[in-house]
Amino acid sequence: MRRAGIVALNTFREAVRDRVLYSLVFFALLMMVAAIVVGQISIGIEESVIVSLGLSAISVIGLLISIFLGVALVSKEMEKRTLFALLAKPVRRWEFLLGKFGGLVLTLAVNTAAMALGLLLVMLYVKHTLERSDAVVLVAVYFILLKLALIVALALLFSCYTTPLLAILFTAGLYIVGLYVQELRNLPVDVMNPGTAAFTKWLSYLLPNFENFNVMALAAHGRAVPGALILQNTLYAVIYCSMVLTAASVVFSRRNLK
Amino acid sequence: MPGSAIEIENLTKEYPFGFLHLRKKTSLEGLNMQVETGEVFGFIGPNGAGKSTTIKLLMGLIFPTAGNARILGKPISDVEMHRDIGYLPEQPYFYDYLTAAEVLDYFARFHDLTAADRKERVQRMLKKVGLETAGKIQLRKYSKGMLQRVGLAQAILHDPKLVILDEPMSGLDPVGRREVRDIILELKRDGKTVMFSTHILSDAEVLCDRVGVIVGGKLRGVGAPGQMVDMKTQGMEIVFELPAGSNAPLLSKVTKMGERYRLQVPEEELYAAIEQLRGAGARIHSVTQVKATLEEFFMNLVEADRAQAAAVEVNGK
Repeated sequence: MRRAGIVALNTFREAVRDRVLYSLVFFALLMMVAAIVVGQISIGIEESVIVSLGLSAISVIGLLISIFLGVALVSKEMEKRTLFALLAKPVRRWEFLLGKFGGLVLTLAVNTAAMALGLLLVMLYVKHTLERSDAVVLVAVYFILLKLALIVALALLFSCYTTPLLAILFTAGLYIVGLYVQELRNLPVDVMNPGTAAFTKWLSYLLPNFENFNVMALAAHGRAVPGALILQNTLYAVIYCSMVLTAASVVFSRRNLK
Repeated sequence: MPGSAIEIENLTKEYPFGFLHLRKKTSLEGLNMQVETGEVFGFIGPNGAGKSTTIKLLMGLIFPTAGNARILGKPISDVEMHRDIGYLPEQPYFYDYLTAAEVLDYFARFHDLTAADRKERVQRMLKKVGLETAGKIQLRKYSKGMLQRVGLAQAILHDPKLVILDEPMSGLDPVGRREVRDIILELKRDGKTVMFSTHILSDAEVLCDRVGVIVGGKLRGVGAPGQMVDMKTQGMEIVFELPAGSNAPLLSKVTKMGERYRLQVPEEELYAAIEQLRGAGARIHSVTQVKATLEEFFMNLVEADRAQAAAVEVNGK
């Protein structure tokens, strides 16, 4: 684990030096403009508009970083062959993968935390005060981070066995599908033949359920998120990430690095 | 320390290709070889011969189709064996957002060195490879030769017992090549085992205790550079000058080189030729043995391999 930590810190350093955190500047500008404009056009609902906009921006920026950098985590190392010297050190391949995953999740955590802070400041500017119920925004940001970690794990898995372009397409595609898993579960299985019904049910539990992490509507209206949901989402993300990373390790441990 | 640092048994690597991966290309075929502890071993062959494939198999970067190998007594699948090995990849490339000092420090961390020890070693290595003034520049600004030096530094940073270098002279200017040669000789003096691949035969002749020649994925011979070629003298070369107006004896065999003449004769005819030259008033400058070089030996193997491939192709048609 110590060796995975060394890789993780270097991955974080790479992201910082490759100016990934510049996305914060974009977010800051967006929120400043939003704070000024929203105050003029949405009388009475400024707070919910600001929260929705801010959380959406955090999610979209995080999505872009997690998909594109997530795929590049391994593929760039293989393409540039920086991996060769590293794997000649006493480092197991799964430690390398875990380190890369941890490094990008750390980057996303720092990025997301900074954006959350920015959002709270804008809320303070609009409302002139922050209340206890506003903590729900932090829960929503935490859920976004869990979702991004899951996306990074998937991107890492796909990049271990296919080209970067396909890995990006697969990850983005799975994310979109994962937004509609609940609909899949709600399909009327009674009218299907038993084989299709079983397959649909099986598929709905196999696919990642990203909709679970979306509490934007609650956050926008200052309503609390149940503690059980926080626990459930945390466990879901940890278990799903562990399974995906295990699969990635199995694939990567057999890969010839030509 | 007696014994083999590297033991390779029947190591084979095939790559599938074609749309359904049904066809296979053999990059390495049944390699059997040992590298003895404390020696400098040169692995020589033309491009695509299987040198890098062998080294990547040893380093666990690719996996063998058949056969196995042991390094320092441990199977190559054992990650902990990497503690005692230094490896320079072919045309190395490192994280270009790091400085040379940072990249060395990063790699040193995997060897459980203390911060003070890492700092001291990094500085020492940068000095050793001639990068002490460039240590704080990001690698994206480095030339190919400078990256090669960083690669060499990271390979020997942790004081490994065995150093495996894939084309260490590649991309280096004559000064850099000389420095790498010195480092390899220094490693040998320190009792380290060094295996390096090269297609520059003069490097192998100068540095190696033994060489292995690989062509077309097959090992063609292992031995001391001098033993690899036919040690029997191919002939005697006489260089001489003639007084003005004299005709060169044995004229049909003589080559004129400016004011001097060069004559190559079989060893048993040497004294007769000298007598004739003396009779013609020649002033003899030198008499030397003519031996086949490693390069000639190497080229013969490559040409034989090409001829065999061509014959197979013709028969196949």
